[in-house]
Amino acid sequence: MLKSFRIGGIHPPENKLSAGKPVQSVALPKQAIILLGQHIGAPAQAVVNKGDSVKVGTLLAKAGGFVSANIHSSVSGTVAKIDQITDVSGYKRPAIFIDVEGDEWEESIDRSSTLIKECNLSDKEIIQRISDCGIVGLGGATFPTQVKLSPPPGMKASILIINGVECEPYLTSDHQLMMEKTEEILVGITILKKAIGVDRAVIGIENNKKDAIAKMQGLVSSYPGITVCPLKVKYPQGGEKQLIDAIIRRQVPSGGLPIATGAVVQNVGTAFAVYEAVQKNKPLFERIVTVTGKSLKSPSNFLVRIGTPIGQLIEAAGGMPEDTEKIISGGPMMGKAIVSTEIPTTKGCSGVLLIRNLESAREEMSPCIRCAKCVSACPMGLEPNLLAKLSTFSNWEKCEHEHIMDCIECGSCSYTCPAHRPLLDFIRLGKGKVGNIIRSRAAKK
Amino acid sequence: MNLVLIATLSLGIIGAISAVILYFVAQKFKVYEDPRNGQVEEALPGANCGGCGYPGCKGFADACVKAESLDGLLCPVGGTPVMKKVAAILGREVAESTPKVAVLRCNGSCNNRPKTNLYNGAKSCAIEASLYGGETGCAFGCLGNGDCVKACAFDAIHMNPETGLPEIDDEKCTACGACVKACPKMIIELRKKGPKSRRIFVSCVNKDKGATARKACIAACIGCGKCAKECPFDAITIENNLAYIDDNKCRLCRKCEAVCPTGAIHAINFPPRKPAETESVSES
Amino acid sequence: MDKKIIISPSPHIHSGNSVEGCMYGVLIALIPAFLVSLYFFGLGALIVTVTSVLSCVIFEYLIQKYILKGKPTIKNGSAILTGVLLAFNVPSNLPVWIIIIGALVAIGIGKMSFGGLGNNIFNPALVGRVFLLISFPVQMTTWPKPEAFNTHYLDAETGATPLSLIKQGIPIENTTLDLLLGNVGGSLGEIGAIALLLGFAYMLWKKIITWHIPVSILATVAIFSLLIGIDPLTQLLTGGLLLGSIFMATDYVTSPMSSKGMIIYGVAIGLLTVIIRQWAAYPEGMSFAILIMNAFTPLINMYVKPKRFGEVVKNG
Repeated sequence: MLKSFRIGGIHPPENKLSAGKPVQSVALPKQAIILLGQHIGAPAQAVVNKGDSVKVGTLLAKAGGFVSANIHSSVSGTVAKIDQITDVSGYKRPAIFIDVEGDEWEESIDRSSTLIKECNLSDKEIIQRISDCGIVGLGGATFPTQVKLSPPPGMKASILIINGVECEPYLTSDHQLMMEKTEEILVGITILKKAIGVDRAVIGIENNKKDAIAKMQGLVSSYPGITVCPLKVKYPQGGEKQLIDAIIRRQVPSGGLPIATGAVVQNVGTAFAVYEAVQKNKPLFERIVTVTGKSLKSPSNFLVRIGTPIGQLIEAAGGMPEDTEKIISGGPMMGKAIVSTEIPTTKGCSGVLLIRNLESAREEMSPCIRCAKCVSACPMGLEPNLLAKLSTFSNWEKCEHEHIMDCIECGSCSYTCPAHRPLLDFIRLGKGKVGNIIRSRAAKK
Repeated sequence: MNLVLIATLSLGIIGAISAVILYFVAQKFKVYEDPRNGQVEEALPGANCGGCGYPGCKGFADACVKAESLDGLLCPVGGTPVMKKVAAILGREVAESTPKVAVLRCNGSCNNRPKTNLYNGAKSCAIEASLYGGETGCAFGCLGNGDCVKACAFDAIHMNPETGLPEIDDEKCTACGACVKACPKMIIELRKKGPKSRRIFVSCVNKDKGATARKACIAACIGCGKCAKECPFDAITIENNLAYIDDNKCRLCRKCEAVCPTGAIHAINFPPRKPAETESVSES
Repeated sequence: MDKKIIISPSPHIHSGNSVEGCMYGVLIALIPAFLVSLYFFGLGALIVTVTSVLSCVIFEYLIQKYILKGKPTIKNGSAILTGVLLAFNVPSNLPVWIIIIGALVAIGIGKMSFGGLGNNIFNPALVGRVFLLISFPVQMTTWPKPEAFNTHYLDAETGATPLSLIKQGIPIENTTLDLLLGNVGGSLGEIGAIALLLGFAYMLWKKIITWHIPVSILATVAIFSLLIGIDPLTQLLTGGLLLGSIFMATDYVTSPMSSKGMIIYGVAIGLLTVIIRQWAAYPEGMSFAILIMNAFTPLINMYVKPKRFGEVVKNG
């Protein structure tokens, strides 16, 4: 019996079209556009000016607060301008535009591919290095890693959980990373273990990636304290709270932090980035992006310099198919539809998905028939139909009472609704409003 | 006969006991209410529209009685006359309020502002705004899903299917401000109604640079500053590439409207100008 | 690209579930029971079902179009389902005009007066059925005898149902096998336990319903009957218990949403059914029990919440 989270869940078609495709590098862009806000929290503060010449790995912007991250250049060249560009959020945000000239790296970066297992840094030094290199959670939430590795006072981590679930349909970037950089990830996990002071780490991998499970299992024996845990194929197995529940059978208390269960969760991509940062002194400026879609000529996994326009990735995968009607940054369940292909890739961009016209438009909604399919699908044990209704009536008080803030926005409710009601749209709206109310209430106190 | 007697007696006794219980319960749980609450409530229109921001007229009456002064408390439906009555009951002062009206500061109709993508989510401006900038190149303008229409308790706002923009009915608008709160883009503003409903305002909230704004919408304010230079009363300020007319300073001379290169400044309910210039006058 | 791309909030894919799919799924699950009914009640079953379905659909169309002035909703199949369920709950020798009245009450009062599908408090088919039962008690309790390849309609030979015999204290003649196969008097669709269970299995397989409501009703009836000393098997297999628990009580709109709520609802229906059968004036209590619990559904929904993540289990 495979482990799994206990409440709700759905089984969307996997559609892992790019599975097994080796990671290819994409040509450098002519102009890299590096957004200052690529993580959750305060945007970074630019430390370069127009006309400055930068190398690959040069610090472009410093963390703009406690919850923030440094941003480094992914290309070498000259800063053309610091201007606004529409990003994934659909609004204009500040970004640094760099005209690419050659490909010159900072000397401090170790570009060799030899595996370095030894790490003699102390936990403080490791966290400092991670912070300097601008590592953020690469699973999609882009939470600055150094913050996650320093639990609030009074909280103590007892286990490190590595998220190799990749439960989003279509996406294969983590899968391919686990296949190609297995040892590096394991070293990264060992470093992370040291940073948070735990002696146990579990890698959770969904059972549809049997090759990755086998490869990891074959290698973990030489890394003490690390085990591999195959998980049932069920969405959202890779949600942080769901993953903790699945692996250590503890539920993050409502409104609490994951650390309350003693677990720290990091993505496999993050573990790899940590390895590169700590062992190779390489800041986070490139990542693996899955470019996929049913009509796309060759769905692929690309190693992408951050700041490369999404359009260029689509070109590299065979060009935009005629019948594309929706471009999504991320997976089909939680990704965001984007307005143009000029939007640059960011640290959090795990995939680019092109959806065909047949599948893109939503069907017209009909009245709720109270079938309770959303209730049984909700992995947080909420009542999406009720929350959506309260939200349409702007009854924020009741929304809060019904725990709207527990929603993880996984989309299972909208996915399953036979009446095609946009449940999550309204719940997300309510979440935003209730969040504001809670914050302003806290500010008053 | 006996039966009738028993029935009558027993029912009578039950009734009497219940009455006594009711009396004591009523005494025990009595809630004191200021008698003025009722008087104030009677003076109010009784539409329970919620335009004042309180749950119904009773809620507003309670607030009026409790409040130290009537500043900031306004029944938008009754306006000053009603507030004067309320003030008289409570023995307080009330400030004279100038009549206001909701004004839509966006002229991004389908013709002026071409769509660049299609929104396919729930029909709600608040949801669309939290998702992205909107269907056009302008991330500031009206989304056209009608959150303001839903918010209006007086049936004063309707969507115009041709322009895709809401239209506000001056006659019905009570300036309650519900639409102002409902609009996630903060496009609707309460402005002075003006003499004979004549008023001038910048019908745009786009803060992009002129060229970008113009590219997205041909009726956008490009922040060129011509109006500010032209204004003899210093009523116009330019901030973030956007002009704003202060309705306290504006004297309705219409000079700004004449110089605006994009027609973003609207002057409404004025008599038509000389034929050559009427083109730029349009209804909001 | 001159074609405009579409923007919408996540999720960007859908399961393909649809209201129509659910409704037609239930209809498919009702086919075995209908075949049994055709075999034993023949022509009557056909006439009653067709009349009921047609009149339900027509009434829904007319009310939706001319009174509610909304978009036509008959395509979603819910009116057909109401029609079939209404027919399944009446004797197969019921005159056409009574069925039409029943359909009008079911659709007009039971469903559309609340605003249509999704808003009704009571199961529409049961509203129609109970209205007919109270208004036309003689016609509604005169049951034709089952007969292989039946060709009778109004002229069918009539007899008593097992439950009314039990009520009068007369031992029933039918064997358990008769009850399982449907060789027994009763409403059109309630005979044939095996056929109904087949439908249940189909709906579980297709994930149209969950097991909670039917199983809790049946278990409650069995245990409660055992406790008060009556034969549980006869109670389970006779009357509308199976039809009601599998197809009527599980109606999406009028049953609770959480699994805990569903079990409370099921247990209460089970108890009420046995109480009505045993001690009240009517031999069968399924319809009343379901309608009574329909009224409690909003209350159950309000107080019985699904188990939330992180609510009970805290820190191991």
